Amino acid sequence: MQEMLKVEDLWVSVGNKEVLKGINFSLKYGEIHTLFGPNGAGKTSFMMTLMGFPRYKIAQGKIYFKGEEITDKDVYERARLGLGISFQRPPTVRGVTLRKLIEIMSNKEEFIEDIEKLNLSGHLDRGLNDGFSGGEMKRSELLQLMVQRPDLVLIDEPESGVDIENIALVGDAINTLLGKDKVKEQKRSAIIITHTGYILDYVNADRGYIIFDGNLVCGGNPRDILSEIKKHGYRRCAECR
Amino acid sequence: MPISKTYLSDLKVRAGKAKEKKAILGPDLDLSRYGQHIERGKIESLESLPQQAKEAAIMAGININEELRSGSYFQVDHSVVYESLNKAYEGQLEIMSTTDALNTYDWLEDYYWRAVPVDQDKYTAQVELNMTHGYFIRVLPYQKPQYPVQSCLLVAESYISQNVHNIIIVEEGAELQVITGCTLARSDAEGIHLGVSEFFVKKGGKLFFTMIHNWADNFHVRPRTWAVVEEDGAFVSNYVLLKPVKSIQAFPVAYLKGNRSSAKFNTVVYGLRDSYIDLGSRIILEGKETRGESITRTIAADESVIYARGDLVAKTRGYCLAHLDCRGIVFSNKAKIYAIPQLASEGALKAELSHEASIGPIAEEQVEYLMSRGISREDAVSVITSGFLNLDISFIPEFLDRNIKEVIKATAKEAL
Repeated sequence: MQEMLKVEDLWVSVGNKEVLKGINFSLKYGEIHTLFGPNGAGKTSFMMTLMGFPRYKIAQGKIYFKGEEITDKDVYERARLGLGISFQRPPTVRGVTLRKLIEIMSNKEEFIEDIEKLNLSGHLDRGLNDGFSGGEMKRSELLQLMVQRPDLVLIDEPESGVDIENIALVGDAINTLLGKDKVKEQKRSAIIITHTGYILDYVNADRGYIIFDGNLVCGGNPRDILSEIKKHGYRRCAECR
Repeated sequence: MPISKTYLSDLKVRAGKAKEKKAILGPDLDLSRYGQHIERGKIESLESLPQQAKEAAIMAGININEELRSGSYFQVDHSVVYESLNKAYEGQLEIMSTTDALNTYDWLEDYYWRAVPVDQDKYTAQVELNMTHGYFIRVLPYQKPQYPVQSCLLVAESYISQNVHNIIIVEEGAELQVITGCTLARSDAEGIHLGVSEFFVKKGGKLFFTMIHNWADNFHVRPRTWAVVEEDGAFVSNYVLLKPVKSIQAFPVAYLKGNRSSAKFNTVVYGLRDSYIDLGSRIILEGKETRGESITRTIAADESVIYARGDLVAKTRGYCLAHLDCRGIVFSNKAKIYAIPQLASEGALKAELSHEASIGPIAEEQVEYLMSRGISREDAVSVITSGFLNLDISFIPEFLDRNIKEVIKATAKEAL
């Protein structure tokens, strides 16, 4: 299978701090990869760099998406090429309602069922993320991605701030978003950051990686990696570098 | 029967004494520059207005075919050119010029200059000494016309001073919506608009008043407005200014006289070019259990200067609750915003007054958030700015909403 995303020797800094130190990574069409790692290891930085947020300065390296180099492309250009992101903590945008954003991105009528399934009908006329609970934010993020229809979805900690009851809802929504609930539909790819691994009960990931101190230090079966982390934490990661 | 001559002559004397009295706020203006007097003939319908005037009126929120309106009042320069009342509302509503009303109702003495002091400054004095009509709208007790009354005060020539005196009376238990568009037929017009507005909301009445100001680079504006609200009454004022103006200074007052009365001011101001804008709102809470809210959204672009004032004055011996919310965005390094909120409790032991004022740029993380959904930077700024200014005002036509977006699009680039 062809590579959808390829990252070569990626070095990134935020301000004066080096956050990614020579990452090489690839993902094929339809694959789901998970990223593990301690706080501050560089997981979110990796995602934000892939999406092209200007705060994340690329010092060295290249990013290819669907065969095209996107290293210097703007955020919205990457989004239009088929990259989408679900933020861990999206900003509040008062005055711009969820309904408005959906209308700008597409036709709301098409998504009535998804809106209802995600319990967001009552949130359409509220400012984006304005007073939303953790679960509501995640559901709103996933709804926006359903409307956007990206080929590669970057999901940053889908379970953070979400209660157990809502994790199933979020997990189902991720599967719907990725087309895993439909046999014929072309499958979307995803990179999912998870701390707890709860989301792996709902989403069948193909491969897992640990990011440690700005490097990808190991890769393999995501469940094996998770069970290793549960046993030993990230202490051994330093040895693997 | 006309209003008493004794009362009128007393007003003239008081106004005469205030002829040179400078206003406390805003640049002082020499009114002698605007001495032209221009009378216009009546028109059969708003459709028969000259094209330029028609377009200006439309942009100020006026519905030319009068659909979804319960009545219309149209003034050009110093003449009332059109008045109409939708037949469905005959017996519920009265619309006429204030001049006609003064000649018809002697009881108007209880309202005329009873809210705004005639000798407040040289501008109120000018309106009394050289009054050029203005509208009188009265909704009868317990009547609630479904659609708004629209009024347009248009200036078509230069060097004139349009001196209007408007009176709205919402009788007991009645409800009324009014849309007023004040505008110019020529964007190069030089002149001044002086508008005294006295609103009276009786027991249990409700007045929703929306004013759209579309002025131009060489035009001065000095409105003087007071709304007196009796018990259980409500007054909502929406004000929109999106075009340049040479200078405008206004500080409308809602006087919550009756128990459980309420007032809300929504103000949207977009400062363009070298506009000097000094706008505020004052809510005086005198009745028990009164409530007030004042929301202001300002954007200063180009070289504009905006003073955004808010003033809550609690005087009640009972409980009252009021809040000021004033936010601004500066789009240019030559533009200025001064946000001046003020709270005063005059022996009002149970009063709860609060304010929040902020001036800041559009947050970059908000722009990038929308960009990550495939929206260009320019469009993201436009959407956020438009959302910032959106106060969801009812009965504002779609094209006006579009106009707001176009203004934002044209100027928001500076903020990038």
